[in-house]
Amino acid sequence: MDFWPTLYVFVLASFIGLGVIRRVSRLLHTPLMSLTNAISAIAVVGSILVTGGDYPLRIRILGAIALFASMTNIVSGFLITDRMLKMFKTDKRGGGTPT
Amino acid sequence: MMYGISQFGYLVASALFIFALHWMNTPRTARKGVYAGVAGTAMAVAVTWADPSIIHHVWIILAIAAGFAVGIPLSKVPLTAVPQRTALSHAFGGAAAGLVGTAEFYLRLGEGHEALTRFQMVALIAEVLLGYLTLTGSLMAAGKLQEVKWIPQRPVTYPFQNLSNLLLFGTGVALAIAITLNPTAPWAPIAFGGVIVLSLLFGILLIIPIGGADMPTVIAILNSYAGLSAVAMGFVLDNKLLITAGALDGSSGLILAIIMCKAMNRSFTNVLFGAFGQVKQTKVTGEEQVYKSETPEGAAQVLEQASLVVIIPGYGMAVAQAQHKVRELYDQLKKRGITVKFAIHPVAGRMPGHMNVLLAEADIPYTDLMEMDEINPDMPQVDVALVVGANDVVNPAARTDKTSPIYGMPIIDADKARSVFAIKRSKNPGFAGIDNQLYFSDRTWMLFGDAKNVIGELVKQLTGGSGMH
Repeated sequence: MDFWPTLYVFVLASFIGLGVIRRVSRLLHTPLMSLTNAISAIAVVGSILVTGGDYPLRIRILGAIALFASMTNIVSGFLITDRMLKMFKTDKRGGGTPT
Repeated sequence: MMYGISQFGYLVASALFIFALHWMNTPRTARKGVYAGVAGTAMAVAVTWADPSIIHHVWIILAIAAGFAVGIPLSKVPLTAVPQRTALSHAFGGAAAGLVGTAEFYLRLGEGHEALTRFQMVALIAEVLLGYLTLTGSLMAAGKLQEVKWIPQRPVTYPFQNLSNLLLFGTGVALAIAITLNPTAPWAPIAFGGVIVLSLLFGILLIIPIGGADMPTVIAILNSYAGLSAVAMGFVLDNKLLITAGALDGSSGLILAIIMCKAMNRSFTNVLFGAFGQVKQTKVTGEEQVYKSETPEGAAQVLEQASLVVIIPGYGMAVAQAQHKVRELYDQLKKRGITVKFAIHPVAGRMPGHMNVLLAEADIPYTDLMEMDEINPDMPQVDVALVVGANDVVNPAARTDKTSPIYGMPIIDADKARSVFAIKRSKNPGFAGIDNQLYFSDRTWMLFGDAKNVIGELVKQLTGGSGMH
């Protein structure tokens, strides 16, 4: 396997990451963390391949535990991120506050 | 054909993930980011599952169902427990990477030498190392944050700590190199087991010497590790989606860690190997300093006269769950035409952005949450600075006292306000064990007690005084 293309992808994706994350609002750093957590649970791809493939039982057990762990992160990560983001509001009481 | 479809699916998922993070740049679009993330993940799962090599569908369904069963309750934890939950999910992410790596290793072992290139072998070992290290490290961090009894809260140090850690890590790397060079050797599986054990152990030892005040940085670093282990998995499986998503997560953790370190004026190595909490309890100043305390009645009267009030929350507000009472106080003051802002230090709390989430939960408009750099120039115009359970982040010693362990750390200039009220649970020093000069300033009055009760009292005074409810 030629590994250069994958290294390219890694380096370029890291630069995109640095550029995009730098501009994330500081208000949202906690939800950002749970969101990236859910996104990096994309390890689910590897887990599915190991769990569902035609492999010996002990291999598939390892895969199934990994799949469970990734899926937990996906579900709880996205749900809690959305739950937190819902709370960020501007003054919803109509801005009638005198200054 | 199938290959083309799945690669296209992965490509779209990668793009969706980048959009997801891009939309996090303002609270207005942030929820769109979550939907993009969900869509990307769903697409990746679908095309992977559709792969013809997948035959054990029941296993997958059961594992996914179990993931939902645990994940849904985990997403409903109270917001004060979010740091623990985050640490726990890093542990899950690390476990997944470690386990898949382990499975891949023993699987490829049966297929002979050609199954893995040397590059993939290196990636595989990196995946396992980072994965298991993140697993135990994050579990330790979660335990410390949850204040589990048998995990020490204060940093634990012992002689030759860094040296023995280094030796341990060196052994792990040496084993890793040996396996990479001879992946088919009869001892390779055992050596691989050794790498696993050492990684697990190293994760624990890495977190033991770290105190609560450094948790925001450590959580961010663990976040980065979890991402990098996914990258390594991507190298092993030659999957570009894994590499992209992992790299996004890795750089996110890195940036957050850098922001946290800057906000404490410390370096990475200092956080990880400095054992910050073990500060010598030096009492250089011989003279006995005294606090001035104030009653809620008195404080309420001063607050009523103010025109600009800045509230500075810290971890103490989270511990006391005082954010809703703070909101009531905010409402009372606003009703009197007083401008109220919140000054948020980047490392206030136990994870990046911790205070913002708690205050948003209490329905405080995010437009009133100010960053340290935004508010500091205005501090001399502030009539009352109300410190709610914050300590080190308002300690003027960071500016003036070269011997202080927090010297050089950027702080919120509460001491420059015309008057300061500081709510504090007890007279003990804060987490870092450092005395706070702010409390002895002639413009500062202490309000001792649980943050929730004290603010409740303030609110009661304000409602009583105005004659309405």
